[in-house]
Amino acid sequence: MLSSKGWDPCLETSFLHCRHQEYIGKVTHAVFQTASGKKRVIVATEKSVVASLNLRSGEIFWRQVLEESEPIDGLQVALGKYAVSLSRGGSLRSFHLPDGSLIWETSLYTSPSPAQLFLLPSDDLLVLKQGIVYVVSSADGRLLWTSDLLDESRLAQTSLSFEGKNIYVAGFSGSSLALFRIDASTGAFTTLKTTEPLNPSSFVLSSGVFAALDTQGNIVTGLMEAEVVELQKTSLATLLDSPVSSAQLLPDKIPGGCVLSTDGGSIFVLGLDKKGVEVLQQIQGPPVVSNSIVLDGTFAQSFLQHINSKEIRVRVLSGKEWIETAEETVEVDPNKGGVQKVFMNAYIKTDRSRGFRVLIVGQDHSLALLQQGKVVWSREEALASVVDTLTAELPLEKAGVSVAEVEHDLYEWLKGHVLRLKSTLMLATAEEQTALQALRLNNADKTKMTRDHNGFRKLIVVLTSSGKLFALHTGNGGIVWSRFIPELSTKGSLKLYPWRIPHKHVDENAVALVLGSSHDGTGFAAWVDMLTGSVQETLALPYSVKVALALPVVDSSERRLHLLIDDQNKAHLYPTSDESLSLFEKYMQNVYFYIADKEAGQIEGYNIKSQVDAGEEGGLVFQSQKIWSVLFPKDSETIAAITTRRADEMVHTQAKVLGNRDVWYKYLNKNMVFVATVTPQDSRVGAANPEETWLVAYLIDSVTGQILHRVSHAHAQGPVHVVFSENWVVYCYFNVRNHRHEMSVLEVYDKSADGKDVLQLMLGRYNASVPFSSFSPRNLEVKGQSYFFPSTVRTMSVTFTARGITGKQILVGTIGNQVIALDKRFLDPRRSADPTPMEREEGVIPLSEGLPLFPQSYLTHAARVEELRGIISVPARLESTCLVFAYGIDLFFTRTAPSRTYDSLTEDFSYALLLITIVVLVVAIAVSMVLSQRKELREKWK
Amino acid sequence: MERGSKARKWAIDFGDGTSSREVADPPGYSRGASSEIEDASAARQKEKVEASWKQQKAWEIAQAPFRNLFMMGFMMWMAGNTVHLFSIGITFSALWQPISALQGIGKVFEPYKDARTDVLMPKLLFIAMNLVALGMGLWKLNSLGLLPTHASDWVSSLPPPQMVEFSGGVLSS
Repeated sequence: MLSSKGWDPCLETSFLHCRHQEYIGKVTHAVFQTASGKKRVIVATEKSVVASLNLRSGEIFWRQVLEESEPIDGLQVALGKYAVSLSRGGSLRSFHLPDGSLIWETSLYTSPSPAQLFLLPSDDLLVLKQGIVYVVSSADGRLLWTSDLLDESRLAQTSLSFEGKNIYVAGFSGSSLALFRIDASTGAFTTLKTTEPLNPSSFVLSSGVFAALDTQGNIVTGLMEAEVVELQKTSLATLLDSPVSSAQLLPDKIPGGCVLSTDGGSIFVLGLDKKGVEVLQQIQGPPVVSNSIVLDGTFAQSFLQHINSKEIRVRVLSGKEWIETAEETVEVDPNKGGVQKVFMNAYIKTDRSRGFRVLIVGQDHSLALLQQGKVVWSREEALASVVDTLTAELPLEKAGVSVAEVEHDLYEWLKGHVLRLKSTLMLATAEEQTALQALRLNNADKTKMTRDHNGFRKLIVVLTSSGKLFALHTGNGGIVWSRFIPELSTKGSLKLYPWRIPHKHVDENAVALVLGSSHDGTGFAAWVDMLTGSVQETLALPYSVKVALALPVVDSSERRLHLLIDDQNKAHLYPTSDESLSLFEKYMQNVYFYIADKEAGQIEGYNIKSQVDAGEEGGLVFQSQKIWSVLFPKDSETIAAITTRRADEMVHTQAKVLGNRDVWYKYLNKNMVFVATVTPQDSRVGAANPEETWLVAYLIDSVTGQILHRVSHAHAQGPVHVVFSENWVVYCYFNVRNHRHEMSVLEVYDKSADGKDVLQLMLGRYNASVPFSSFSPRNLEVKGQSYFFPSTVRTMSVTFTARGITGKQILVGTIGNQVIALDKRFLDPRRSADPTPMEREEGVIPLSEGLPLFPQSYLTHAARVEELRGIISVPARLESTCLVFAYGIDLFFTRTAPSRTYDSLTEDFSYALLLITIVVLVVAIAVSMVLSQRKELREKWK
Repeated sequence: MERGSKARKWAIDFGDGTSSREVADPPGYSRGASSEIEDASAARQKEKVEASWKQQKAWEIAQAPFRNLFMMGFMMWMAGNTVHLFSIGITFSALWQPISALQGIGKVFEPYKDARTDVLMPKLLFIAMNLVALGMGLWKLNSLGLLPTHASDWVSSLPPPQMVEFSGGVLSS
């Protein structure tokens, strides 16, 4: 586990069960800082994190999480002490290298267009944004000069190089190439003319020379020193001594040269100078090219190639002639995919020879440092982009346990209890205290790979956007297995489904279905064993999956029937066995689905009509038909959120008993969906008129399309966050008029059963648990109330417990990246200013306009789950307790007991103390008995 | 005991009637004759008195629970309507007392039961009184909320219904 410096609440005694892991995301930029002091590498990531990593261990020294909507375009280390990052919105920030504190911040522009950041030889910073050059002092962030090369028209695909006092810039203006020379000290620029117009397909600038490929298969080079650039044309075929059908100049920078890749798969390192172009090196197979580093006055660069999935060949070319100076073959984890980015650094070995280390970014977002033919460390940065999770039960404990193990366990147990007892009686020394702390943290019990009695030990299977799956153990947050599925990395939307959760065959492993689908109309399905991570089966789908329905039907081997709906609204049934077909045919007329379209502003409901011919691809395909649709007025309402109940939610009872012993029946329709629409946003700033913004909340039966309830909130604006559990919905939105966030609750009750008297119930005449159909209308009553919420919501969730008896907590992820547990009782529509004694007895809290946030209700304590995106709650076997997993860039795991742990003693409970107390009491009783008998006897003799 | 009898060094028993027997009766006094006549009338008298006394006693016993009712009512009022140890104790004693009294009704009226004493009415009154006490106990039990007289007592653990239809969906943007 990695932890940052400073206080980690998870190491405190009272928060033993919480785990916090920090990540940074997929690295896009890296700068080594090895000259002095601590050896570190500064990285910038896709998640807009700037971090300093320990080069020896990969641990985070510090990290700064910037605005995620503004990706980092450039990273440089200036003056040897500042890490400078350029964000998409034009913010240039300088962080102090040793501790990451912000030194200065400059905003150059506000348009969200990509830009490049360069370090000038004078150690000042240069930002090139579509034809505008900004030069900023690295010491204080002052803008030194700026020049607009093209008078506000755009320059695309810009390239830049330095040579002496000059800065050369090239870029496409329209379809022709424009070349500029800029004086580095003043910013005065000249537009260079060429002897003939240039319309190249690709080009690159290098040390004041430019090279471009024209459409006739020539490489055109020119020196940019002169006012009018003289062009030299060389045919690629003669240069490479072989006919070339298509070629491309790679944007990777090589000083005094460029890299050309051909369709043949090999790449050529070309040298560019005054004389023209020449081939310096040829490398077979497409490698990944690193940044270039300055070495003894010349340059060095590394080229990485996969020999096979397990080995990488690293070749370092250096010197004027680009001679291969080092070659290493490194064995890597084949579970990481291909290498996507390489960053190189040179160092002096102990024997005074020169060594190279490379930092590689894998296809699975992992970061690894290779040195001397070995992987020194690696970080699983895919965990910074979790998209979906599932939980798996660990296998049952085997009956046979060796004697040695028991003895060891017993000894450990005794030792632990003696320590605990000492600590309770305040006899423990400081060393013993720390030993106890360590014992508590690394309790072997916690990390066992077997099921525990309380159901606290589970595997959290997480799917990340890179297409890599991980299984995390809830005990210590460690990675139990990981599996990279390359086919998934190209798919846009990824989801996990519980394919097979064994209840009868408990000794068999659970299987998850991973679905990926992309907009190009293809999908991918993989079946993964949740305990071992082995991929059982993969399937490329010739359609993209719009919806996947996990039906409430399982076959004889406990595989759940899944229905995948494609773009044409055809339903594909899995597993494709005869048994599942016969099961499905029985259930078919009860299967419905809906598709909400944000663009069209409508929700359409479908049912399954009949089986159709599957055609070439085979499988079981069914035709669906539209049965209902709900259209929202486009100019006043757009769908902001749509939520249903979790399919596996347990509800103990449908009756809610009030203080006056009345009973209300909860309307527990699993097919009810909550839809929130908001007034379409005018993109102009300040255009939102508080009088005209509305939020309309609907409760819709997704089987019949019937609108069960509709309520509108004035002055409300999105984004809308919703939780839906049992018979209630809680949603949060922004009130434009009051400039505050509001949380509203809707509770739905079934009033059709009212008026049944006791006698009927006693005699069992009225059976309220008959199967529920959406087609038999009910008399509903919806109760609602709204409150102010004092924080901004990022995401919301709710606790789930094993049997649904325990009260509920709403888990709110705040803008401060913390998780707050808010008791559902505060969101009770029955709250009134002055509750009756009956209601008070029942626990109804007097009404207040705002919801309270108690310091104790922060589940994350002092930890921050950066860029918090989702909160998952999983029931433990202990009814009182619920496991909470929150993910963003960081991962956080804890336990919560919404109604306190009424069914268990704390983990820290001192059994030894209890035992000793009992023993002491028994001894005291025995002694006093003997004493009293003696005294009585003496009395009698008197 | 021993010590007690030790303390009494001597004792004269005046209760012994033998000494008077040694003294002759006054002249004209016939021990046997007077007793015979008087005995008859006195016995009749005594029986009459005894019967009415028994009747009275029976009525008294029958009315005894009435006094208890006020006591019980007061106690119940004191105990309040929240469920705790005190109120539960009082309520259950209020229920138990009449029940045990009704169970032992035969024994209670046994001493007064003979041919001339009519214990039926007192018995009925006794039963009625105890039933009133029992009713009060039940009423208390109900006001504590311990009687299943509401719908909520019969459906509080009613499981949620099974769904006939199944539906799922997605928001595509």
